[in-house]
Amino acid sequence: MKNHVLRPLFVAILAIALLLTVRSFMVPDDFGVHGENFTFGYHRASNVDEWKVFPISYKGKEYCQECHEDKFEENMASKHKNIECENCHGPALEHPEKPEALTIDMSRELCIRCHALLSYPNDRGALPGIDPADHNPEEQCSECHNPHKPSLEDM
Amino acid sequence: MSLTRRNLLKKTLAGTAAASIPLSALKFLSSAEAKEAVETSKTRYAFLVDTNKCVGCGFCVKACKHENEIPYDSPVTRTWVERYVITKDGESHIDSPKGARDGFTSEEIAHHEVNPEDIDKAFFVPKLCNQCDTPACVQVCPVGATYKTKDGVVLIDRSWCVGCGYCIMACPYGVRFFHPIHKVADKCTFCYHRLVKGMDTACVDACAFGARQVCDLRNPDDPTTKIILTERVAVLKDEYGTKPHVFYIGLDRNVR
Amino acid sequence: MTEQIITHGADWTIKHLFVYPNEFIYWGLTIVMYPYMTGLVAGAFVLSSLYHVFGQDDLKDIAKFSLVFSLALLPVAMMPLMLHLQQPLRGINVMFTPHFTSAIAAFGIVFSTYSMIVLSEIWFVYRKYFVEQVHALKDTTSAVLKMKRMVYMVLTLGAFDVGDQAVAKDKKAVTILAAIGIPVACFLHGYAGFIFGSVKANALWMSPLMPVIFIMSAVVSGIALCMLTYIVIMEWKKFTTTMARGRGDESVQIIAGVELDVIKKTTKYLIGFLLAAITLELLDIIFRGYTAMKSWDILREVMYTEDFFKIFILQYGVGNVLPFLMLMIPGAKIKRTAIALALILFGVFMMRWNVVIGGQAFSLSFAGFMHYDVPFIPHHLELYREGILGALTVAATPFVIFYVINKFIPSLKKA
Repeated sequence: MKNHVLRPLFVAILAIALLLTVRSFMVPDDFGVHGENFTFGYHRASNVDEWKVFPISYKGKEYCQECHEDKFEENMASKHKNIECENCHGPALEHPEKPEALTIDMSRELCIRCHALLSYPNDRGALPGIDPADHNPEEQCSECHNPHKPSLEDM
Repeated sequence: MSLTRRNLLKKTLAGTAAASIPLSALKFLSSAEAKEAVETSKTRYAFLVDTNKCVGCGFCVKACKHENEIPYDSPVTRTWVERYVITKDGESHIDSPKGARDGFTSEEIAHHEVNPEDIDKAFFVPKLCNQCDTPACVQVCPVGATYKTKDGVVLIDRSWCVGCGYCIMACPYGVRFFHPIHKVADKCTFCYHRLVKGMDTACVDACAFGARQVCDLRNPDDPTTKIILTERVAVLKDEYGTKPHVFYIGLDRNVR
Repeated sequence: MTEQIITHGADWTIKHLFVYPNEFIYWGLTIVMYPYMTGLVAGAFVLSSLYHVFGQDDLKDIAKFSLVFSLALLPVAMMPLMLHLQQPLRGINVMFTPHFTSAIAAFGIVFSTYSMIVLSEIWFVYRKYFVEQVHALKDTTSAVLKMKRMVYMVLTLGAFDVGDQAVAKDKKAVTILAAIGIPVACFLHGYAGFIFGSVKANALWMSPLMPVIFIMSAVVSGIALCMLTYIVIMEWKKFTTTMARGRGDESVQIIAGVELDVIKKTTKYLIGFLLAAITLELLDIIFRGYTAMKSWDILREVMYTEDFFKIFILQYGVGNVLPFLMLMIPGAKIKRTAIALALILFGVFMMRWNVVIGGQAFSLSFAGFMHYDVPFIPHHLELYREGILGALTVAATPFVIFYVINKFIPSLKKA
């Protein structure tokens, strides 16, 4: 028996070698420092591309305009021109392929997001507002108001 | 040297060890390389929030949840809006029910009524990930699952995150959470998938009041960039040294 | 039925006043258990090293036991972390792609290094015994004993030389390993403190004292647990011997004498570390109060109102001052010491609790609070993992492991 003292060390080295071997199979090749430094840029490079192809749900008003020119015109002439169609009609991701995918929200809850009166000394307080508990609580707003053309004169 | 069994074993071990250390683990960028990596990135995304314009409708939160597939009824959210009502007695009343997913529709705040006559000031503050320049969350990730891209956005690798929650603890802004479905850390990405295609973020598009704007700080012709560079803007929790890149107009000392 | 959507933290967090929507108690009971268990590991090892390195002969009997017990505790230090991870199967990533700017990244490496040291040290201490067993079981015919012999064969790693020279080498190796082991054990635990102390977003955690406080309380809890386990085992021995040979038998007296002697001597070290731990913790509180930074208002609110009972009554009162007084009373008694030790273990646990949970008891907004409602009944897997049942599983495991190890390594036999 020459030097048995180093035997645990050999076992340890074996364990490390095993780990490194497994590691070389398990860690993606593009894992490394990408970007400014190790602290903020140590990652798998291809993950950036995976995020880039995340599906876009909200397509924007111009997308709606392609087919619904009349509604678009009407809306753009109104006080609601800054509101995206999809805010109320739901994201257009699967539209028009699956017409039922569009979830049109006609609820009072949608309208009162802006039009429940909060008497604050700011822009919110200046918006036309009602007390939802008091102002025809049983009715849907769209029974009387046209959301595309909300001007009270046109009622 | 005779090839004893032990020698053979030793050599094999050494060989395996040497061969299996992936170069990427040992590779650190030289300063020149690092400089190049930073300078060649022509984009640095940033965000501008004008708290004077926000009315607390919460359409941004709704759009964000749908766009980024965050379970709609879960309390966690990538962006949210806080309401501050400061009364004449100096009290500040703050709330953000469901992260303002359904907007603010009642004058009741944090379970009690505030008489409009007692209000000194009231305002809404949208919050989202600050996409810090020196993000504390990235520094503490033990496995390299979260990182800053070359254009300044902090992303999370959903296939590598172990879900320890250290990044959630490290963020001074509380923007991170565990995704209820993917079971990994999650947070606002500035809608990276939209920005890289030249679109605005879902929350910016959903805002009818222009309270939210996203821009590229390296593009001096961008009107939002101009505002950030030439007007007086503030950031949240500067004292943590994270160099946040969501800039605010009209920030109040009461804002948390 | 659609799958229930579980928002991590929502089940056990009760919010009060203004808390950001994404804030929950993300680090619950499992993370309380983690530094507690690592602390026990480190403490047990330091206790055994006091004998091996500094030749504290009075600790000889407990040293062997605490060394093996620290091995039994090793896998358990990792258990709560695995229970806590949202993706437990990816835990190994920390070894694959360690991001060393994170305090947690070092865990895999420090922990493995430490494990190897403990295993090697045990190997050197018991190598002679393994070889003896291999020889003793040579002619056995029973299948079970044959299996046992095989295990011992493997354990010897092929080193059968038990000559004086070889055994002397073993002893020297033990001393060296124990000496290396002390800083590694302290590092293992000190850095557990660093994990918390370096979180700049958390007003309660961020403190350079945190690692030192963690080391001190770790040693305290480690020593206390070793002593307590030792007492329980010796009492059991005494009980069985009494049953077999009668109360008045000489061997019973010998066991009782040895037990009291070991406990008396170990108590001195325990008190020293306990004092250091308390001093540092008080310094931390005083400093925070005196400097009164922005976060002090909410910290004070948490400490003096919300968590007053947990911090000042349970942790400092019942967990520190009371057992300290009990140990200082002259004329050591086994029963009194055992109670004091249990209280100390409880006190250290409460300290971990007050750091981990207390650090999340207030919102990052400094305008609200979060209350932790410990999950008890596991309605779904996450509530088991993060709940009391998970913690009990963790707490019970070292004793099971020790039972198994003790079948092969008799650490309780007097040398």
